[in-house]
Amino acid sequence: MNFLSKEPLVQVKGLKTHFFTEEGVVKAVDGVDFEINPGETLGVVGESGCGKSVTSLSIMGLVESPPGKIVEGEINFQGTDLTKLSQKEMRKIRGNDISMIFQEPMTSLNPVYTIGNQISEAIMLHKKVNKEEAKRQSIEMLEKVGIPLPEQRVNEYPHQLSGGMRQRVMIAMSLSCDPQLLIADEPTTALDVTIQAQILELMNDLKESYGMAIMMITHDLGVIAEVSDRVAVMYAGKVVEYTDVETLFKDPEHPYTWGLMNSIPKLDQTVERLEAIPGSVPSPLNFPSGCKYNNRCPLATDKCREIEPELETISEGHQVRCWHYKELERLKNERAETAKIK
Amino acid sequence: MEWNEIIARLFKNKLSLIGLIIIAFFLLVAILAPVIAPPADADEVYQIPRAGWTMEPQPPREGYPFGTSQGSYDIFYGMIWGTRTAFRIGFIVVGISSFIGISVGTISAYYGGLIDEIFMRITDVFMSIPFLVAAMVMTTILGKGLNNVMIALVVFGWMGTARLMRSQVLEIKNEEFVQASVALGANDGRIIFKHILANCIFPVLIQAFMRMGSMVITAAALSFLGVGAPEGYADWGQMISFARDWILGGGDSALKYWYTVIIPGSAIMLFSLSWNLLGDAFRDILDPKLQDNS
Repeated sequence: MNFLSKEPLVQVKGLKTHFFTEEGVVKAVDGVDFEINPGETLGVVGESGCGKSVTSLSIMGLVESPPGKIVEGEINFQGTDLTKLSQKEMRKIRGNDISMIFQEPMTSLNPVYTIGNQISEAIMLHKKVNKEEAKRQSIEMLEKVGIPLPEQRVNEYPHQLSGGMRQRVMIAMSLSCDPQLLIADEPTTALDVTIQAQILELMNDLKESYGMAIMMITHDLGVIAEVSDRVAVMYAGKVVEYTDVETLFKDPEHPYTWGLMNSIPKLDQTVERLEAIPGSVPSPLNFPSGCKYNNRCPLATDKCREIEPELETISEGHQVRCWHYKELERLKNERAETAKIK
Repeated sequence: MEWNEIIARLFKNKLSLIGLIIIAFFLLVAILAPVIAPPADADEVYQIPRAGWTMEPQPPREGYPFGTSQGSYDIFYGMIWGTRTAFRIGFIVVGISSFIGISVGTISAYYGGLIDEIFMRITDVFMSIPFLVAAMVMTTILGKGLNNVMIALVVFGWMGTARLMRSQVLEIKNEEFVQASVALGANDGRIIFKHILANCIFPVLIQAFMRMGSMVITAAALSFLGVGAPEGYADWGQMISFARDWILGGGDSALKYWYTVIIPGSAIMLFSLSWNLLGDAFRDILDPKLQDNS
């Protein structure tokens, strides 16, 4: 069995996806490394425009070309480099080995076909089954994703379902061919909080019963805490911190991750005002030289402004891209002090 | 929306019901033409029989319920068999030109880039030539005859559909469900036929309904100008062109030869009106923004 072996399922090495626009080269993804083990959930977190969606589209081979192009790097999936495959070969992998669900369940289903028709389509694309069999499997899938009365729902149109239901249908569609990897691009952003929790729970359950890996892309640290095993924090097209989820929340080492943690409310602390990271993500057309976070970082020095740090392993399974991560300790202590005084 | 619902709404809407009735009437006339006006010569059913050799139109009388036109052509016979001609022109011209327009528009929008540029510039070239003039010149070059009229109308009649289709496809192809389908491993053909066409065919369908009427009018105009069907061919445009010299009446009354122009004129008007009503009704039914209830 594949997921018992130690080999990572997906290994992204030095991935660079650039967009060649009239205004200049947009380095949306600029050297991303991570790996996902079989059966593991990798959370990819970052602000809008940090390249997390482009990374996932690169894995799927769905980067609009032109203007986009994977200029460097490898995406190894079960021993094949996906960046080298033709569109035809990629089509066999999409939906079959790697599936994807999108942010907006309201628009990711075709309004003119019944949901049964659409799930059957996904099944018939990759499995050699006839219509009746595909429909039977569709009903089975709907049942697995927790849709009540699947025999009846299968003949309904997307507008007859609520947002949460539609996202369940999307999940049913993407899982219909037993993928090894499910890429979820902010699957809960458009849903309200109670439905979010249900969908995340469903995904966790299905992950276990299918033994698949999930790449969860989100900007919501709550979602990360809920589902991830490991987390890659992205900033300006690069992974800045890569570690397991517990370490990330307990002991963030990159100033950006720390800033993100401070910007969310915590149950055990009362604060008057949440801290925000000053400034905004720089435009990908003119990133600052050196470390891309230097214009917002409290620890930035001249060195940061000149030389870009590499991803450095600071302990087993914990990587940070920062020159001064050791000094972050000082800031953390200061903050704890002021919290105490208050 | 499902088809039975669309049809139910078509019947509920008074205007579209009128349109449907008129079209049904014309369709019936076209089908029953051999019964209503039995042809004298079974080999040349579209040749209008002549009552004699008088140039001057003669009013309705026994045996000629609509009278006879210039050259003693039987107006009644021409009208009945002309219905078939009208349907033939409408269906063939609109069918083929819509097909060309849909193909060009879809390919252009879906693949984009250089293909889009080439196809749309060709469309622009065709559009820059005035439609009626182009159709006239082309029919003149190809020679008289209904088939040549239809060829000319098709050649210069697909651009509107192509542009409409292109804008529709551009909109739909960026919808998330298209991307979701790509992510599931669907190929271009499946995406175009299953996901894109099904979502943008209705505006094109509505436009096609509207063009049914206008194509018949244009064909009639070409006949009227003398480059359409050969003389004596059962065609409404031909019937009107027979009336050209008699429209102003004669002698003491302006309405002396009314039957030569009013009968074919009304038929053409009703025909294109009914298609327009139907097209309008379709648009109202399919455009949720215009719906007042439900």
